[in-house]
Amino acid sequence: MTIRTAAPAAPRPGVVSRLARVLPIPAGAGMARILVERNAMAFRHGWIAFVTGLAEPILYLFSLGVGLGALVRTVTTDGGSVVSYAEFVAPALLAAAAMNGAVFDSTFNVFFKLKYAKLYDSVLATPLGPRDVAVGEISWSLLRGAFYSGAFLLVAVVAGMVHSWWALLALPAANFISFAFSAVGMFATTFMRSWVDFDWINLAIQPLFLFSATFFPLATYPSGVQWLVQVTPLYHGVALERGLMLGEVGTGLLVHVAYLAVLGLVGLVGAARRVERLLLS
Amino acid sequence: MTSDEPLIHASGLTKRFGDFEAVKAIDFAVQRGEAFGFLGPNGAGKTSTMRMVGCVSPATGGELRLFGLDPATEGPRIRARLGVVPQKDTLDEELTVEENIWVYGRYFGLSKPQVRARATELLEFAQLTERARSKVEPLSGGMKRRLTIARSLVNDPEVLMLDEPTTGLDPQARHVLWDRLFRLKRQGVTLVLTTHYMDEAEQLCDRLVVMDHGEIVAEGSPRDLIREHSTREVLELRFDVDDHAELAGRVDGLGDRVEVLPDRLLIYTDDGDAAGEKVHAAGLEPLSALVRRSTLEDVFLNLTGRTLVD
Ligand SMILES: Nc1ncnc2c1ncn2[C@@H]1O[C@H](COP(=O)(O)OP(=O)(O)OP(=O)(O)O)[C@@H](O)[C@H]1O
Ligand SMILES: [Mg+2]
Repeated sequence: MTIRTAAPAAPRPGVVSRLARVLPIPAGAGMARILVERNAMAFRHGWIAFVTGLAEPILYLFSLGVGLGALVRTVTTDGGSVVSYAEFVAPALLAAAAMNGAVFDSTFNVFFKLKYAKLYDSVLATPLGPRDVAVGEISWSLLRGAFYSGAFLLVAVVAGMVHSWWALLALPAANFISFAFSAVGMFATTFMRSWVDFDWINLAIQPLFLFSATFFPLATYPSGVQWLVQVTPLYHGVALERGLMLGEVGTGLLVHVAYLAVLGLVGLVGAARRVERLLLS
Repeated sequence: MTSDEPLIHASGLTKRFGDFEAVKAIDFAVQRGEAFGFLGPNGAGKTSTMRMVGCVSPATGGELRLFGLDPATEGPRIRARLGVVPQKDTLDEELTVEENIWVYGRYFGLSKPQVRARATELLEFAQLTERARSKVEPLSGGMKRRLTIARSLVNDPEVLMLDEPTTGLDPQARHVLWDRLFRLKRQGVTLVLTTHYMDEAEQLCDRLVVMDHGEIVAEGSPRDLIREHSTREVLELRFDVDDHAELAGRVDGLGDRVEVLPDRLLIYTDDGDAAGEKVHAAGLEPLSALVRRSTLEDVFLNLTGRTLVD
């Protein structure tokens, strides 16, 4: 106890902090990246769960793309082009993988840390605030999602299911999907009382996975159902990825981007406010 | 802030949860370098007070200042200068012992080389060097507590806040911990702690407040409190009866004051032996008669009519 370390830098108010004073955004010290660092450190002790999360979408890709593709030779997309079934389904599976990875991390893992490990109780005793907790956790699941989507995309390219250079943008787009879902997932998690409540998450995720124009073009849905599909979030993720990976690019894609951005921001602010309410009572 | 200003200052500090008032307009001040305690039974409002001081729970009313700063607006700046040992350990069980300290230091904005140097030092201090690479989960209760304390020191805090630092530990582990806390105090760290053990309060605190039902009922050094609110000695009598209350009338007047507990009678007097003789002279035959010095437990009993630990 002789070395005296330099006094920690007092957090300076940045743009976000100044914004936070006028908007109902909970406090933070701009140190969310340290929470990401902590998660990376913990992850080194439990990387196996990470690998299994990768296997699932790739298995889907081959079983559906190759198996079902043998029955359904070509598909006419909502953009009007005719493509093989594998090419059609790959972007949707990428979007779904981004969603699944993000939701898993921001719900199960966050719930465990919130209720059992009491991680955030100790974090909030340091200069970090609830905003850092929300931004940190969402960033981490985003990183995780990026790893999954990147690996998936690579497999799809190698398997010859991708032909457009626009597909380069598919990865950032997948990050966007991860962001929206992990933010909303974390927000929802702050309302969970026990593990039983997680059935609600599955109840939401399963239909999204099946009915977001994932496996069939939107035009094949009954017209009454089409608008319903278009309101749900994964549809926008799927449509965005499909547009990019099949090279059907237009300003319409920006609608999907805007939808996901708004969803993510609402989830982020909501999650931070709930963490504040739950832990800083 | 000037040097003679208190490090922590609270006036009319209040905490309400819904309709329930857990902390009722309390006033206290903690000076730099002292060990200040909150002594009180379960539910007295100790943790609620500590959480407000630790800037993790907004005060419902009153004024609170740490280092001259207001927790409502300067939370992160204040927390950067505090070390917090919560009532329940909140160690990161997904990480190893040394990683716990590294990460915690990083939360305070220390660089990676800084936290590594600091961790080596702190693990030494907490006698956990051999366990540095171990997971947290298999550590004993005492080790976990020492790790929590080591972790809370990573930012070289000016004030260390300890909420029931030794509750649930065996006597030996408690003594090891007290020894560590003494060292910190000698190094000039201001200690703020809560406890419901009077011996802990007597051992560690220069000054303390006795809390009950959200209010401060007495304040002073352990010795002053005992002098003010109790007699020098206490005669403890046990009789072969089911209810000691029935004998209370017969010992009345043998000391300054009599307290009736379910299993014994306490006679407060400045001369315990003399009181003991009077008990015999009155024809009473206790199973045991013990003369001891007054403690903070007696102060609490006198002030509230209840025992501290039930
Ligand atoms: N978040 C909360 N919501 C509602 N009531 C609370 C909350 N936290 C504490 N209380 C109540 O406030 C009172 C004081 O609690 P507090 O935890 O401050 O006591 P304490 O002195 O630390 O007790 P202990 O020795 O058991 O730790 C208790 O009656 C408790 O039930
Ligand atoms: Mg308590």
